[in-house]
Amino acid sequence: MNAKVSLENMNVHFGSNHAVKEVSLDFCENTVTAIIGPSGCGKSTLLRSINRMHDLVPAAKVSGRILFDGADLYDRSIDPVAVRRKIGMVFQKPNPFPAMNIYDNVVAGYKLNNRMKSSEADEIVESCLQRVALWDEVKDRLKTSAVELSGGQQQRLCIARTIAVQPEVILMDEPCSALDPIATLKIEELIEELKERFTIIIVTHNMQQAARVSDSTAFMYMGEMVECGPTKKIFTTPEKKQTEDYITGRFG
Amino acid sequence: MQNLSLRHFKNYTATAAMVLATLIVLTPLCLIFVHILKMGFSSLSLDFFTQIPKPTGESGGGMANGLFGSAVLITFASCLGLPVGVLGAIYLTEFAGGKLATAIRFSADVLAGIPSIITGMVAYTLLVIPMKGFSALAGAVALSLIMIPIVLRTTEEQLKMVPGTLREASLALGVPLWRTSLKVVLISARKGVITGILLAIARVAGETAPLLFTALGNQFWSRKLTEPIAALPLQIFSFAIAPYEDWHKLAWAGALVLVVIMFTLNLGARFLGRQKRYS
Repeated sequence: MNAKVSLENMNVHFGSNHAVKEVSLDFCENTVTAIIGPSGCGKSTLLRSINRMHDLVPAAKVSGRILFDGADLYDRSIDPVAVRRKIGMVFQKPNPFPAMNIYDNVVAGYKLNNRMKSSEADEIVESCLQRVALWDEVKDRLKTSAVELSGGQQQRLCIARTIAVQPEVILMDEPCSALDPIATLKIEELIEELKERFTIIIVTHNMQQAARVSDSTAFMYMGEMVECGPTKKIFTTPEKKQTEDYITGRFG
Repeated sequence: MQNLSLRHFKNYTATAAMVLATLIVLTPLCLIFVHILKMGFSSLSLDFFTQIPKPTGESGGGMANGLFGSAVLITFASCLGLPVGVLGAIYLTEFAGGKLATAIRFSADVLAGIPSIITGMVAYTLLVIPMKGFSALAGAVALSLIMIPIVLRTTEEQLKMVPGTLREASLALGVPLWRTSLKVVLISARKGVITGILLAIARVAGETAPLLFTALGNQFWSRKLTEPIAALPLQIFSFAIAPYEDWHKLAWAGALVLVVIMFTLNLGARFLGRQKRYS
């Protein structure tokens, strides 16, 4: 399968802290890749390198290569803003814009960039909310504040907002960790549908979740990539002892 | 048991001391209010708001030109000072880092601490001398110099309270940092920012010293920004020290109006400031 995003000997340093060490990994097109590992193992750091969110942290330094459709994302000629339009992100805590209503939140990516044609807005809002299965729940109150929604609804709204700008890759940083089991289930079903159009990389603490939603799984420990491969294989016949210990709950 | 009554005694003494301290704080405020209300209200009339001061010897007249002048000075000072203060705060919280930010913050604090008469002298040197005359423009510049550090620091405090997750949400949608700063961070903090602006306006509305040798004051209507202009605090000052009884009355009326304006601005700022915090 085609590698949409490839990491080649990637390192991330925060000052003297070597957070991600020599990681090489391919993320295939239209698949879900889960990154698992104990807290502080560098999985979120790795994820945030892919859409250049570390650019704003002066102490962070990314080295090695991250290829997106074969082009190096950290090349001097690449504009990080353009990268983030192609590689969207969903965060741990739902973060809709509190000053905007539901409607405006969905098209926030266009509105904030002044790229909105009002004739298209209605259509984008409806189709994106349909895709995240939120349309029926909010269609009668699109003009109410987004913060009045429940946590799960807010997170689906954030996903709608992310897919509205038509990225090619969606990064998810523990998207369900602030949600209850039912809301989590809805997001997981959604991820399954989204992979038909997008390449998804999800960081999760929850191993059952990784097993349920992902096609491939990568296990990280202390900044290093310990093992990666098809999810089924990682969870049934891991090659490394550390991986086995982690997925069977013996540490981490 | 004796121990308990001793504790009660200590408790009552401490409470009484605190109530007393509160009363001492409130007393001057109440005295000022009551006195200004008593003296000012009897002298206040419609003429105060519609007439300009009458020549010496004639009775009546008002401070319409002073009110108008203050409005003009505050408007122009705001036009100069608010953008600098707000944009400076955005630069400070969203763009600048480390030593530069510390230096800017320190300069703003020093600027805020400079006695306002010195600010007036700066505007005098920069504008009045080269332009060979006192002017509303010089007055507005002096007031804006007072506004800038206040607006800068209050806005900065408000922007810092906007959660980082909102900035990330916007950036992750491919919105450049400068648009994120203006359209997400500033908009999210707008209520607090407006509160700070109102407080800054309230502060300069009562300033007299920086206008003494910039705007100078004017007995008549002024038509140009390059002419001296009347201002309410200046007019109160010159009328209060004049040797005429009915000028004193006008000064009291002016003081009352000024206090009411300040009170309203502060109340408005309080009301806005009380509104929601981020979840």
